[in-house]
Amino acid sequence: METTGATRIQARCVGDTAIIYASDYLNKLTGERIERECKNQLEAGRHAVVINFRDTELINSIGVSILMGVIDAAEQSEARLIFCDVNTQSASLFEMLGLTKHVRIAMDEDEALSWIEPQESRRGVASGS
Amino acid sequence: MDRASGISTRRRKRIVVLCETQESYCMESNNQRLLHTFAALADLGQEIANTADFEEMLRSSFHLLLGSVAIRRGAVAQYDRQRDTLRIISARGIDTPDTEIQIDRKHARALADRGSLTLNDATAEAAQFMEEHQEFFASAEIQLLLPLVVHDRLTGLVLLGEKASGEKFTEEDLETLAALARHIAVGINSHHLLGEVKRKAEENQRLYDGLRTIYKETVRAFAAAIDMKDRYTQGHSVRVGKYSEVIAREMGWSDNEVEGITIAGYLHDIGKLIVDLSVINSPERFSAKDSAEMSKHPAAGYEILAPITHPYADIPLMARYHHERIDGAGYPDGLKGDQIPAGAKIVTLADSFDAMTTDRPYRKRLALEDVLLDFRANTGSQFDPAVVCAFCRAFLKEIEGKKERRLLNLLHRNYDNVETVSPLLNQLLSEFEVGAMAASTAN
Repeated sequence: METTGATRIQARCVGDTAIIYASDYLNKLTGERIERECKNQLEAGRHAVVINFRDTELINSIGVSILMGVIDAAEQSEARLIFCDVNTQSASLFEMLGLTKHVRIAMDEDEALSWIEPQESRRGVASGS
Repeated sequence: MDRASGISTRRRKRIVVLCETQESYCMESNNQRLLHTFAALADLGQEIANTADFEEMLRSSFHLLLGSVAIRRGAVAQYDRQRDTLRIISARGIDTPDTEIQIDRKHARALADRGSLTLNDATAEAAQFMEEHQEFFASAEIQLLLPLVVHDRLTGLVLLGEKASGEKFTEEDLETLAALARHIAVGINSHHLLGEVKRKAEENQRLYDGLRTIYKETVRAFAAAIDMKDRYTQGHSVRVGKYSEVIAREMGWSDNEVEGITIAGYLHDIGKLIVDLSVINSPERFSAKDSAEMSKHPAAGYEILAPITHPYADIPLMARYHHERIDGAGYPDGLKGDQIPAGAKIVTLADSFDAMTTDRPYRKRLALEDVLLDFRANTGSQFDPAVVCAFCRAFLKEIEGKKERRLLNLLHRNYDNVETVSPLLNQLLSEFEVGAMAASTAN
């Protein structure tokens, strides 16, 4: 598991897939860190990004806006984007706002990784984990 | 079995449960939407309170608005009335090579009259504006414009693309967006007003500084005019002002206070304007009658200066009390010790120093050692020890090259080898510094 120095966002890689861990409250500050980390991972050539919301209790409007920026970035890079471990409240928020039309929500990391083609997720040795 | 409908009782129960579940889901969804909107409004209040960084405030507020109904792309622009432009401050999902959109005042007014408008429902001038920028709006896939308006005046514009759901904007969406947009408009307007206040304050400061300069120049000219009346003391008032400045600075006074004491020095003898020329220019020591006439000048100076509003405190009092003595034997009011304002005590010493170091019709200037011995003899009776010590310290610092040569430059006209008085200055300091510190602590 890596914690990127200045941003304090936890992330790890499984093959070509980056798994990024959102913090407890997704607002402007933490949202921008996630967005930056996602963009860094996409620029580094990852073909899939999983955002794990296991610690996230609340997502505010700026958080939603930033997640849409992440969706755009993933689409532009033709990368897969999956959210996982989303609590009920956040899941229904994503559903209500239509984010689920652009991103799939998995129960947990294992399910998210299983949705990604084996050659994408299981290629090579996990780095940083 | 219900014979009329042909639906079994069991199936009917299932339909009722499904309807109730659907209703409950809708209510929950509505509640969540409401909570999300309220939270967005609350967060927006916090963002708008950020007056330190206007562009960051606008950027965050815009993202909040996008997130409130999940809009994928858009931009927010600030209206510049002077330049007839909408300057894009923040954008998401849109390429904005031109960060400015031209808009004439007619179109700005037309936009200000509208709450929100889609690309299809614009009329008249608003439609014309939209036609002019059709290419940009189409390429950016803009669907909705939200004019930001305060007091019927356009402050900015929000351009919005489609919702993440791909659905059309509902009435609820438009109300939510309009409510958020009103707050953002107020934020922009507050920033604009703050800028205006800042500009006015800077302008006032410039005017005030200009007036202060004029005031100081006028006072200097006045000081020269006062000294012109006495052919033996030309330059006296200006020198007293400069000596007072050096002493006050050494005593740790603020820049404003130092400026004030300098002015007080320039004006301390203004009351001499009412004294007869023959008395002032008398080639001999004053007779009792002439002395009585001359002793009127501090009170007369006060009368002249008191009606004027000075930018510094106590200028008239410093003129009135510059012949008071701390033992109470001075004039015009016979004040003692702390009854005499500190500024007047400084002007008293500066005045005496210049009087003793310049030629008078009835005597030559004193040697510097004799001047300092006079100080020694009269400290505690005529002069305040703290003021004498400050003068000695400043003098020594100049001799030792630790301070700009102000006293020395003024004295070098009349004295050579000023540096030789250093031991005497040190002696005075050792004699009076403890007493001055004790007095200062007691006060």
